[in-house]
Order: sequence, then structure tokens, then C-alpha cells
Amino acid sequence: MTTLELQEELSTLYTANADRIAGGTGKLVNEFRPRAFEDFKRLGIPTKKNEDYRYTDLMSYLQGDYSYEIAPAKISVSLEDLFHCDIPELNTHIVLVLNGFYYSHNEIEPLPKGVIISSFAEASIKYPELVNKHYAQYADTSLDSLAALNTLFAQDGIFMYIPKNVQIKKPIQIINIGFSLNNLRVTRRNLIVAEEGSGSSILVCDHTLCKKSFITNSLTEIYIGKGAHMEYLRMQNENGNSSQISNTFVHQEASSTFTSNTISLHGGLIRNNIFAKLSGEGATNNTYGIFFCDDQQHVATFTHIHHASPNCQSDQLFKGILDGQATGAFNGKILVDKYAVKTLAYQRNNNILLSKTARMNTKPQLEIYNDDVKCSHGATVGQLDTDGLFYLRSRGIGYNEARHLMMYAFANEVMSKITLDPLKERMNDMVEKRLRGELSRCENCNIHQF
Amino acid sequence: MLEIQNLHVAIEGKEILKGINLKVNTGEVHAIMGPNGSGKSTLASVLAGREEFEVTEGSVKYMGENLLELAPEDRARKGIFLGFQYPVEIPGVSMVNFMKTALNEKRKFNGLEPISASDFLKLMREKKEIVEIASSLTNRSVNEGFSGGEKKKNEIFQMALLEPRLSILDETDSGLDIDALRIVANGVNKLRNKENAIIVITHYQRLLEYIIPDHVHVLYKGKIVRSSGKELALELEEKGYDWLKEEAETQ
Repeated sequence: MTTLELQEELSTLYTANADRIAGGTGKLVNEFRPRAFEDFKRLGIPTKKNEDYRYTDLMSYLQGDYSYEIAPAKISVSLEDLFHCDIPELNTHIVLVLNGFYYSHNEIEPLPKGVIISSFAEASIKYPELVNKHYAQYADTSLDSLAALNTLFAQDGIFMYIPKNVQIKKPIQIINIGFSLNNLRVTRRNLIVAEEGSGSSILVCDHTLCKKSFITNSLTEIYIGKGAHMEYLRMQNENGNSSQISNTFVHQEASSTFTSNTISLHGGLIRNNIFAKLSGEGATNNTYGIFFCDDQQHVATFTHIHHASPNCQSDQLFKGILDGQATGAFNGKILVDKYAVKTLAYQRNNNILLSKTARMNTKPQLEIYNDDVKCSHGATVGQLDTDGLFYLRSRGIGYNEARHLMMYAFANEVMSKITLDPLKERMNDMVEKRLRGELSRCENCNIHQF
Repeated sequence: MLEIQNLHVAIEGKEILKGINLKVNTGEVHAIMGPNGSGKSTLASVLAGREEFEVTEGSVKYMGENLLELAPEDRARKGIFLGFQYPVEIPGVSMVNFMKTALNEKRKFNGLEPISASDFLKLMREKKEIVEIASSLTNRSVNEGFSGGEKKKNEIFQMALLEPRLSILDETDSGLDIDALRIVANGVNKLRNKENAIIVITHYQRLLEYIIPDHVHVLYKGKIVRSSGKELALELEEKGYDWLKEEAETQ
């Protein structure tokens, strides 16, 4: 199949179902569709000729025989029963999303007044003034065809609203589940609005509950108001047949702090695009991540941190451990505008290859349009330190255990950036299991048992 | 305990050790001295199992067993300890976790249960005193940000914790000031007993004023050119290595 054929297939799928796709969402959401369609048709599916996708062969993952659900499929069992995650013991508010459609949510304690957690489709009708102000304002469909594709098909996902000065104490956990009898294409659209002075932490977990293959196009827009702060953790843990293209667009107002940490444990293809715009003066953005991949997996991270105001700072740290024939890519962009003086921007990417056949491409990209900035970047691709390994072994620690300790230590620098202690502990356990080859299954969770 | 016979070792095709013979009995302390590049550290690395070195000839027996067949970790579990000349920094691995893992691997090897958390902490406290190591150091990552002296103390601390049968201390005195040298040497002396043996590798006689050896060997160009009692160290301090070099060349 060529990219044009796939583009045609998706366009036909949309045209044939346009009315039903637009049936459940608000007027404004639907108004964005024609433009997104134009953008998608113009841009096409990115190929390796596209500089931003140079190291990710999307086509080999995106084609095949897939169903598409315009309406949420009915499942005969309760998702809550099917999915027992260990993390709820950490006291999180739980939101379940099934194949891109909001399923249910459960508040562990009453949320502060005015906080909204709901289906995106429902919110677009019920709270038009909140949704319209932010929807499609940060995700630029004219630049990224997958963002255009998402906006074209957008039906549901999560809408979250945190009013001014409200602090949500317990983390909100969004669990995205893939569960289907057929191979499935999934579109997921989220909008998170954190108003001025608010504080929150969000944990997003991606899981597949069966061996079917999923191609997920996920797009999340996040607005962080003046002085607001948010910690945003993601744990990607899907089966090896599945592909996920995830676009995250963050818009930050003055003096806000947004810290994200993306932990990619498992999945066939994971492509994470993270765009952050530091729009107001004195904003802080921390973008961290670590991935583990083996077999034929591919994990690619694309960051675009845009310093559009003075006195902002950004810090990026991404790490990867690759084994087998896995391939990875990191493309980290820092853009500093002419007026964004006193900018501090750091970026580091370190990778370890455990096999001779694993490959990693890393590319820092800095575009700086003024002189009053402090920027640094660094990238490494290497093997586990043989001196360190020998040192550990010389104390009686076996080869495998020594390797494990070294890898865990390597990951620890990213993991230690997580500020929520119970989550950090749990995430560390997951990483530990992943490194031991136990494929990161939480104790009570059914993933990978299918 | 250790018997080295006609040991030849090469790295990348270049022969470094050219027929070493050495016998170390239980309860003995041996000093191996020699000028730079004579092969002292190579000998230490080969005994600990560093894989870059190729043994081309000869044998090493430890407790009656062929040592060269064993993986580095198995040598350690059977009681061999190498005090590194340049201890390695391992960011992200805590000293506590490192030592606990090492100790438990050894215990497992000897058919013992893992040590309890409280017993381990007690043991750490006890052993820390031997080398006067600060508590804060053991809370950090392995050797990360340690000064030269702290790294060397840390080696002896690990030796104290693991209670090896045969310790090979590779230039443990290098980079130490006189106070640190005394502390490290005292630590080694406290650990010295009738059941174990120690090979001290050093450039200088200075360390041997504190750790009194039973035997002194001089290594030169990959061979032991002279073996004698502790008085040899003093003679070297006085006359340098040149007379031995000349002697070796004329032979």
C-alpha cells in the first residue's frame, strides 16, 4: 500500500461516516473538521522524506486490515472488573477510556467544586464556552497531518477542567484501554484546562487488554493558566502489535510550571510528539521521558519547546534502552523567539544499546533568535559501561544482576524526576519488572495474559 | 591458597606478563613492587577475572581449583577481592544497595539466607568504623563524587564487609595523604588474620611501613626479578629500582 492509498482509504472512511462522526460533538468541534480535512489532504501521511519523521517508518505500521468504531462497542463485561490496576491503591481518581471513548470515572473523594472530569463529546455540548475557548487552539493542524487526522475524526476522549486556584490533592488517573475482537483504529481527543493558580497531577496509562492490534491516534491539548502547576505522567504499556501516535500540545501562561514524564515500557510503535509553548513570562517547562524497547519495537520522541516569552526556562531529559532489533529516535527542538530574552533551555538525550542490532538516532535542533539566552544540549548513544560492570561483578554480583543494576541506575535519573512519591515507587517497580523481562505487568492486572 | 605458575598474559597481542611464579599461603601478606609498566596491575586484573586480558600460558590455582576458569563473580563469591587502583563511579546505584546485593549473592552462593535489613545496617555501622568512613558516603551512589581518599577508603570498607579470603590491593596507597594512608593501612591491619591472605601492590615503600609484609617481590618487565623478606622494601627505598633493572637486563 502506498501513502496515497492509505490517505485515500482514510478520507473515504471519513466521508462515508462524516455525519455520524459529527453526531455527538458540539458545533465548534465540527467546524474545525473541513479545515482539518484540507490540511490532511494537503500534507498526506508523513514519510521518511519528511524531516520530522525521518527515522520513523510510519507506513509500515499504519497499514493493514483495521476496523473503525464510530460508536463505542458494547462489551459484555464491566471494564472495572476486567481491569484491576494496582495503582488505584495509591488513591487516585480513576477515569476509564475504552478504545478512545469515555467509559466511566470514579472519584476517590469528592473533587473540589467546579472541577469537571467528563467525556469530551459531552463537554463540547454541555460546556461550549469552556471547550470553545481552547479547542484546537494549540494543536496546529496545518503543520502535522496526524494532528489534522485526529481533528478530522475527533469524537471523544476526556475533558478535564480545573477552576481558578483549585488544588486537587490526589492524582487523577486516566486509563486508556484497548479492547476489541478486531484489529482497530482508534482516535482519542483530550482537552485539559488548568486555570490560573490551580494545581494538579495527572497520570495517564495506556494499556491493551488483548492481543489485537491497535493503531491509536491520540491528541491532547493542555492549557496551563497563569501561575498554575501540573505534573503530567504517562505510562505507555501496549502490546507489541500496536502502534500509538500521540501528540501533546501544551500552552503555558506566565509563571506556570508544567512537568511531564513519559515512561514508555512497551508497544510496537510509539511516536510521541510533545509541543510546548511558553507563552507567558517566567514559565517553566520540564519534559522528561524514558523508553525501553526490544524485539522489533520502535520508539520515537519528537519535542518542540517554543520559548515565546522572556525569562522562561525549559529542561528536557530523555533516555532510552534498546535491545534486540529495536530502533529509536529522538528529535529535540528548542525554538527561542527574538523577544524571549533571559531564556534558559537545556536538553539532554542519553541512550544505551544492549545489542549490536539495535539502532538509535538522536538529533538536537536549536533555533535561537536572540543573544540573551543560555542553552545547552547533549546526546549520547553507547553501551553499558564495561568498567562499571566489572566492578560490580568483582564484588560477587552476577553478570545479569550487574547489568540489571546498571540499567536501573541509568533509568533512575529520569524516574527520580517524578515528585509524587507513591507514584514514583510504583513506576519504579514497573521499570524494574520491565528490565527483568517480566513485561511490566502490575500484579492484579490482566494485561498480556490474553 | 594461591599458586601461580609460569603465567603469561597478553592484551591485544602484546605480552605483558612473561612467566610469573608466585605462591601465597594462608596468613601471609605479600607485597608486589616494581616500576611503572612492569605489569603489577595486569596481574591484579587477571586474578580478579578481567576479560580483556588473555592468558597465553601457565596456570593459577586458588584453593586447589583452576582460578582462570571462573567468572569474576564466582571468584569473588569464593573469597577473592580486588581493591581497585581506580574505583569506578556508578551513578544511580546506591552504596547500600550495591553492598547488600553483593553480600547476599555471596551468602546465596554459600547456601545462606539473605541478611535481614536490620542486621545489614548493624554490619554496615560496624565496618564503617574500621576505615573511619563517613555515614553520608554510604548513602550516596557508588563512588560518585567521592574524593580520591574516600574512594580508597571505600574499597577497604567493601573488603571489611565482604570478608574475603584473598585480597589483592592494587595501589591502594596512590593518591592518599599521610592521614588517609594511615587510616587505610590500619583498616587493612585490622582485617589481617591467620585465615586470610593479602597481596599488596605498591610503588612505594611508604605503605609497607604500616602494613608489614612477610614477603616482598619485585616485578619488572612482566617477571618477578627478586623475592625476599620485608627488608627488600627498605633496600628499594634507598637504592631505587635501577640496580635491579640492570641486574635483570644483564641476565
